[in-house]
Parts: sequence; structure tokens; C-alpha cells
Amino acid sequence: MDYIIQQVINAIQLGSIYGLIALGYSLVYGVLSMMNFAHGDLFMLGAFFCLLLEKIIPLPLWLALLLTMLVIGCLGALLERLAYRPIRHAPKVSAIITSLGCGLILENITLAMSPYPRHMPTLFQNSIFHFHGITISSLQIIVIGISLLLMILLDVMIRCTTLGMVIRALAWNRLMVSLLGIPANRIISLTFAVGAALGAAAGLLYALTYPVVSSSMGIAIGWKAFIAAVIGGIGNMRGALLGAFILGSTEVMSITMLPSTYRDLIAYSLLLIILIFKPYGILGEPPTQKI
Amino acid sequence: MSKQQKQIVYFLFSSILLLVGCRSSNQSIKVGLNTELTGEAPAVGASCVKAAKLFVNKINQDGGVDVGGKKKTIELIVADNGSKADEAVVVAQRLITQNEVVAIVGPNISSCAVPASEISENMGCLMISPWSTNRRTTTTNDGTFKKYVFRACFTELVEIPLLAQFAMSHLHLAKAAVLYDMSSESPNSAAHQFQESFLKAGGKIVAMETYTSQDRDFSAQLTKIQASHPDILFIPAYYNDVPLIAEQARNLGITAQFLGYNSWSTPEIIQLDSQHYLDHAYFSNHFSTESDNPVVKKFIQSYQSTYGTAPDDIAALTYDTMGLIVESIIKAGSLNRTAIANTMANIEDFTGVTGTYKFHQGNHDPFKNVIILTIENGKFVYVTTLQPE
Repeated sequence: MDYIIQQVINAIQLGSIYGLIALGYSLVYGVLSMMNFAHGDLFMLGAFFCLLLEKIIPLPLWLALLLTMLVIGCLGALLERLAYRPIRHAPKVSAIITSLGCGLILENITLAMSPYPRHMPTLFQNSIFHFHGITISSLQIIVIGISLLLMILLDVMIRCTTLGMVIRALAWNRLMVSLLGIPANRIISLTFAVGAALGAAAGLLYALTYPVVSSSMGIAIGWKAFIAAVIGGIGNMRGALLGAFILGSTEVMSITMLPSTYRDLIAYSLLLIILIFKPYGILGEPPTQKI
Repeated sequence: MSKQQKQIVYFLFSSILLLVGCRSSNQSIKVGLNTELTGEAPAVGASCVKAAKLFVNKINQDGGVDVGGKKKTIELIVADNGSKADEAVVVAQRLITQNEVVAIVGPNISSCAVPASEISENMGCLMISPWSTNRRTTTTNDGTFKKYVFRACFTELVEIPLLAQFAMSHLHLAKAAVLYDMSSESPNSAAHQFQESFLKAGGKIVAMETYTSQDRDFSAQLTKIQASHPDILFIPAYYNDVPLIAEQARNLGITAQFLGYNSWSTPEIIQLDSQHYLDHAYFSNHFSTESDNPVVKKFIQSYQSTYGTAPDDIAALTYDTMGLIVESIIKAGSLNRTAIANTMANIEDFTGVTGTYKFHQGNHDPFKNVIILTIENGKFVYVTTLQPE
């Protein structure tokens, strides 16, 4: 029994990190209907920035988190302004290639600065609690806690604030929003910033949990989070979270029940099956025909 | 084409011929270094270049290498393969055709060494990989050895059985779990070799769990391993994964003895393991800096004084690789590529800084001693040397 509970804790931890990244994909897709494949690299930059910050001045976790989110958020907005806005009306393929290119550029800049994997310092005293054969560390609790907090904050922002309303309106009809006198470009930049900040927060939390930081750390997990966002229904925030927890728990579950060699095979086969039955994702809706 | 234009073309053409002519009238022996300066294994490439340069400087200071009665200096041509298979192939081709090297050192990582070895084999240029342990680096698909390709390190066939015996007879631990990176060739084959050897030595494998490169979360696999209560956790993985696995294992309450193999032996592993989760872990390796042998001591001393750090196993193996190449050139007495490779194939015994090499009966993989190290307070500490039968 304790073995199962331990695996559930593992799944929640994995799912909440996937979720935080998946939210960034979904948010950007929601307003612009484009995949920002550089998102995994913004995640990596979040980890690197925090590492750099801690090397210069050791800050407490909450301050480092805020600063990292702020800086990488601005970087995300800058990326949108410099790379994505000029080609917004170009074919979708161009946008995809541009975002892949931006990701590679960010990766290689970090690679040029630091080709070696770095060790992430611990930002607080991690203590481990054992009860009845179950192990949980204060780090795990903090990581899951911060992730859930950020997810709830985003949900509240989207649903209950004016900004959230505008973002939802943009997703609905960008032209109409502009016609109503709302500065659509500014809102889009802001959305990018929020998405990037979430990615950066995920990067920081990830680096704390798995304290090796390298320039390629965003690639694999970025793809997984993207898949999670698609499974949940890309563009839908709650869907992204649902997808992330499904992916996390499928991975852990397949390791628990079968040899771990089959993990990715089982996890991704299941996801394909979900897509066959729900082609727009679990919570996604087919686009309505505009006449 | 006007007359003037024609003159320019003739001039350019003849100057190219002149340049080509200059290149062939060389006085030095060109040795190529096909190594990993960037990409996933930059630490490997850095050590490799340092050791090769140290060796070349030493030889050149002594007047060079005796080739058929004439002293010639060595010129080292360093090329980066970016730790990528395709680039390693291009680099090998360029070194052979453009730089006209007589032999190539490297690549070190197997994913580069295997494809690059095909180029050396096809174009007939001696290649010795200091560090690649993959079987296919030196052998063809039908199991025979490639004519031009050798290695300076032992393979898993020598290393892992000795490690398994060490665990059984020295540590007296008989229940092992294995967690390995199944998407990387070397960890994968090390894991299976360990399973085979450990069972043969009388031990029991209670768990075989895998992950794929780029994974950072091993908690699900480790939770499963913990439920099987092993005495040993063998972790054949690259150095940036090992500290993460060790930390997560200890945090989950796994108390098993950690065991590793030669992929662990870079100082980075200790840098990444700042909390000392790897203390008292044992691993097998090519080389130890603690040695009484005067030749080894001298190598370590000069490396240390030149670069400020102690040499790692890649540095030591590269140094021996250069030694093997120079020995082949001296014995061949010429700079003919085929003659050098044929001479290399006839060398049976060689003593280098990583121990004595034995190339039995046309074997291109040396039989050599395996060193067991442990980690104490963030330092590699020598435990014992094991000899293969």
C-alpha cells in the first residue's frame, strides 16, 4: 500500500512540473493559435537565470522565483516582439519554424556560455519526512505547492480579471477585439510574458528538484509538456493541467506495473488512443465555423 | 575571355598548384585528433586535447620521432566533432584527405567512434579510439576486427565481469539492482553484461530498471527498486545522471551500496554531487592518479604542472594512444599509412600510463588491468587493481 502511495506522490510531482510548462504552450496557443516551440528553452533559461542569480547573490527562494519569472517573462515578450510579430500573418509553417529556430538559438547561446552541466545550489534546507514507509521531502511539498499556487493564480486571472477576459476574447476573435479599441498587440505581448514566466518558474522548480542544469534540459521535457497540452485540448488551461497529470501518472503507472523499458511506449500509445477518440483533446472543442 | 582574364586564371591556378606542392613537402608527422570539444561531452574532448598536446610537446622537445633514421617532429591537428556522429564522419574524412594525417586519435564517445571508424577503415588510415568501449568500434558486422581500427581502453567484456566479481568476493554483496539509461549504447551493454556476469558469479539480480536520456526524474523506478531490497545498486549511466539518481535513491531511503563503471570517472561527477550522496560508492576505471610507477608519476606531474589539474582517465588513455601511434611509426620506419597500421596490428605488448596492454592474437581490443576506485569526501580514492585472466 505504501508503495502505491509513494508512486502517487511521484506522479503528482511529475504531473505538476509538466502542467506548469504545458500551461505556457496552451496560453500562447489560445491567443495566437501558434505553437511556441521555444517554450522548452525558456524553461531552461529560467533554470540558468536562477543559477546565475544565486552565484552572484544568494537570494531566498521566493525572491529568486519572482526575479526569474520577471526577467524571463520580459524575454518572452521580447521574443514575441522581435521574432513572432513580424511574421504573424505569414503561413503557420513559418511561425513553427521560427519558434523552433528561436529555441535553437537560445539553446546554443547557453551552450556557448556554459557547455558543461552545472550543479544547482540548494536554496533552503531540505528535510525528508518518513512515515509508514512513505517518504516525502520538504522540497517536493514546496515544488508541488508552488506549482499548484501558480496554476490557481493563472486560472483566477483568466476567469476573474479584465485582463483574463481580454485574453479569452482574443482567443475568440482577434479582429473583433482590435476593432473594439483594445490594444491587442500589448495584450499578446503580456500573454507571452505570462507564459514565459510560468515556463521559467517550472524551470527553476525543476532545477531545484533535479539539481543538474544543462542547456539541453528543456528539449525532452518541453516536448512532453507540449504533448500534455495537446492531449488536454490545446488552448484550454484546465485541459493542459489535466493532460499533464494524465501523462505524469501514466508514466509512473507503467513503470510501477511493467518493466520500465516500456514506459514511453505505453504512455505515448495511450495518448494516441485518447487523440483518436478525442481529436481536439479531452477538454478541447472543435473550432466553430465562422460564416 | 580577354587576355588579361586568362592571365589571372593562369596565375591563380599556378599559385594553387604551388600551394599544394608546398603542403606535400612536409618535415613533420601529422596526427589528427577527432574529438568532442563541444556538444554533450566537452569535458572528454578537453582532456583528450590536453594530453595529446602534452605528449607531442614532450616528443618534439626530445627532437621528434625516428622514422627510418630521420628525426621528425609531430604536428597535431585538432578537429572538433561536436559529439555528433555526422560531424565525426566529416572530420575523419577531412583529416585523412585534406590534412593528410598518418593516424587519427579518437573519437572518444562511441556514437562518434563507430561511424568514424568506417571512414578510417575504408580510406585506410590507422584510427585508435582512446575511450570508446563499444564493440562495433573495432569490429565489423560479422565479428572480425577492422584492419585499421584499434582502441586503447578495455571493453565491457573485460571490465564488467571483474566488477561483478569484486562486488561478490570483495564486498560480499549478492543482491543487485540495476538502473540504466537504455537509450545509450554503453550503459545499456554494461547493464546486460553485469546481469550476465553477476548471475554467473553466483549473485542475484532483483531489479533491472531503465530510463531514457534526458530524464531527470527516477523516483518511480527507484521506488520500485526499493521494494526489491537490493544490497547493491549498479548505475551504469553518464556522469550527469549519476548524482541525480544517487540523491533521489538516498532520499527515498535506499541504503544499497552504489556501484558504477568507467563512465563515472570525470571530476564533474563530484562537482555535481555537492551533497556527497556518492560517498563510499565503488566504480571500475581505466586509470588512477595514485600510483607508485615512476612513469605514471612523471606523467601526472607534468600534466599537473602544465594544466593545474590532475589527469583523468581520458587524458591518460589519450596519452597511451599517442604512445601506441608513435611506437607503430618507429617500428614501421615509414610514414606509409598501411605500413603503420600493419605494424600496430603486430604490437602485442605495450606499457603505458594506464597499465600494460596485451593485444592477443590479432585482437584489436586490449586486455588490461581494471582499477577499482571509491569516492570519499568528494575525492576518487584507489582501492585495488584487478587483473583479467
